[in-house]
Amino acid sequence: MDFLSIILDILLSAAFWTAVLRIATPYVLGTLGELLCERAGVLNLGIEGIMTLGAMAGWMAVYQGADLWTGVLVAASCGALLGLLHAALTVPLGLSQHVTGIGVTLLGTSLSYFVYRLVLPQASTPPTIEPFQPLALPGALAQTPLTYLAFLLVAVVAYVLYRTPVGLAVRMVGENPAAAEAQGLNVTAIRIGAVMAGSALMALAGAFLTLSAFNAFFFNMVNGRGWICIALVVFASWRPGKAMLGALLFAVFDALQLRLQQASGGVLPYQLFLMMPYLLSILALVLVARRASYPRALMIPYRKGER
Amino acid sequence: MSSPVKGGPEVVLRLAGISKRFGPLLANDGISLTLRAGEVLALLGENGAGKTTLMNILFGHYVADEGSIEAFGRPLPPGSPRAALKAGIGMVHQHFTLADNLSVLDNIAVGTESLWRLRSDRGATRRRLLDLSQRFGLEVRPDALVGDLSVGERQRVEILKALYRDARILILDEPTAVLTPQESAGLFETLRRLTADGLAVVFISHKMNEVFAASDTVAVLRAGKLVATHATASTDRAKLAELMVGRSVKPPAPTPLSPGEPVLELAGVTVASDHGRPLLDGVDLTVRRHQVVGIAGVSGNGQTALAELVSGLIRPDSGRLSLKGSVVEHGDPADMVRRGVARIPEDRHSAGLVGAMAVWENLIAERYHDATFSRFGVLRRGAARAYAREVIKEFDVRCPGPDTRTQLLSGGNMQKLILGRTLAHGPDLILASQPTRGLDIGAVSYVHSRLLDARAAGAGVLLISEDLDEILALADCVTVAYHGRLTPLLPHDRVSVSQLGLLMAGHWDILRDILPETVDAA
Repeated sequence: MDFLSIILDILLSAAFWTAVLRIATPYVLGTLGELLCERAGVLNLGIEGIMTLGAMAGWMAVYQGADLWTGVLVAASCGALLGLLHAALTVPLGLSQHVTGIGVTLLGTSLSYFVYRLVLPQASTPPTIEPFQPLALPGALAQTPLTYLAFLLVAVVAYVLYRTPVGLAVRMVGENPAAAEAQGLNVTAIRIGAVMAGSALMALAGAFLTLSAFNAFFFNMVNGRGWICIALVVFASWRPGKAMLGALLFAVFDALQLRLQQASGGVLPYQLFLMMPYLLSILALVLVARRASYPRALMIPYRKGER
Repeated sequence: MSSPVKGGPEVVLRLAGISKRFGPLLANDGISLTLRAGEVLALLGENGAGKTTLMNILFGHYVADEGSIEAFGRPLPPGSPRAALKAGIGMVHQHFTLADNLSVLDNIAVGTESLWRLRSDRGATRRRLLDLSQRFGLEVRPDALVGDLSVGERQRVEILKALYRDARILILDEPTAVLTPQESAGLFETLRRLTADGLAVVFISHKMNEVFAASDTVAVLRAGKLVATHATASTDRAKLAELMVGRSVKPPAPTPLSPGEPVLELAGVTVASDHGRPLLDGVDLTVRRHQVVGIAGVSGNGQTALAELVSGLIRPDSGRLSLKGSVVEHGDPADMVRRGVARIPEDRHSAGLVGAMAVWENLIAERYHDATFSRFGVLRRGAARAYAREVIKEFDVRCPGPDTRTQLLSGGNMQKLILGRTLAHGPDLILASQPTRGLDIGAVSYVHSRLLDARAAGAGVLLISEDLDEILALADCVTVAYHGRLTPLLPHDRVSVSQLGLLMAGHWDILRDILPETVDAA
């Protein structure tokens, strides 16, 4: 079989698209969350740690006996709390968003492992829970509720940003906080709120991993997905719809490389296939995002009354 | 228009004993003012006199250390723009507070609706905006991105933003700083319509002619203190200037000199931009010894590219640049300095000086590689400091010594430092971009007289300025930049401010009236 027909076979199978939607889900949620933060002018490099915390906290709640949706809520709340920490340091105190974000990632990740080990010191094989089951729908539509929630949230975030007063306020504080303040808005409160909401979405992305995609919490399970979301936000030019397309595109590459690995039958080193989605993402970034018009006040702390 | 007499229209605003400190600086010192409905109050003063600080306190950007504010008879809570807006106070900031990436409608609507409404009522916002726009003759395009608007249009958006909030007191901070004379006249017309409607207006200015063109009352601030309040009609320029500066100031007058050989020649110079219109489009220009050539124009019409070209920061895409008769092929900044170009950059903070470094380090920044200041790659600090002490004395830079960190100097002293660095070596060509922007009258006249001294000593001066009064006071010839092109050189005594204004707005057909015979620009 030649190469093209292999690809064609893969692209025509329903199982492939089922995998694409599943793989895309955490990227959709994470990118939406990062997009919300950045639209308000705050870069959130804490995403990797917040996703890890969401994954652990959601799973832990369910493991301790809560139902799945309560686990989702616990994850989102923990994410919002860690987001509050990031916001408190970067918004009213105006600390470097890069450094703070990396700190939040280190904290979120280590804290998650610490709590996990504290509760389960002996576990040699990770204990499991009963995760969300796919809905009984045909073909690629057989997804878990969290995937549906993720794609619904794309529409919700787009509506909020472009059709509501609060969305306009978020965009304004990310473009020109001085202008927002001159219009009587509370820049600090709006930025903190946006970062908390965005962080809650990031934590949902993490919770999807432990409550839908898998049924256990592993160390290193977020595995750089947060960093990909940061790039996807740029790829999407800070627009929710494009963010969803970017996440899907990345998921297509990822699902494709898995199947190509199998199809190649070990002729090529599998690492080459693992690299593929990342290389293609970089290429896509170069092509699409060179002229991206980023929020003008991104990464610039706003201090009231400064001269 | 009415003058403020007892028993006149209702007092809408009362400031009482406002004081504000920034560290050691007393920016406002016990200022009390009143404003009546229908009145235009001009707040006149030099840069740093405390005008903007006072208005920022009024609008709630800053909190006063002492004093109180009353609007429409009710005390105004301090430190809250929201409270100021609610009390009917609107402010048009000098640096517009608009978001470039958002539409006009979004910029005006933001913050006007309750944040928790589930849907913005854009229809109602649009109707109200168009209604106001018609009523006050302020034309805008609601769906245009603010980033695509001209400066004049942006200002209209700012005024509409205030009116949309039902402002009855409008504060304008240096509203004409970025406008052409015609746009300024349009603004004053708008102000008259607003006051006829009963609004009260405060506008901040340091330009005398505007005070007389637009205000009923003038309040003069100096060094944070209110030194006088007069009905505008009962005072005159000389008196106001003296109040502003605290002493009488004589502007330096250029002595007539006949121009010598050319020092700078541009022939058909074009500089392309990344997108669309070229930054410079077939520019011909000659600057001769003993001559000041003034470039007038609204900023963004090619002046920056011209300055960068002569500084050696960019190169022409086509055309020729010659200095003292020899063509410059691959000019870079160091090469330009060696060829005798003295550069006074547009922004002394970002392009002129390194604030965190010492005065002596900044002074040798252009020639630290000279044998005088370095040997075998090691700086000769003693020589550099000695040289710095000389320049500090010669150019009257007020600072404790050569080791002072440069950012601690005032704007005027920073500019003197730059003058000292560039003029101490007898340059052939001086590129002066906005050389007096943000300086007080005393420093302005110092800079002007230094430039005229250099002209007398044989230098050619290329003066780029948005201040038409400055250009007409110094320049022997004027040219106007518009969309990357330059008019032929116009002798300064044959062109008026209003003609310059028309040329700045692109009405080049009037060149026929100014120059009936074709003047050879080259």
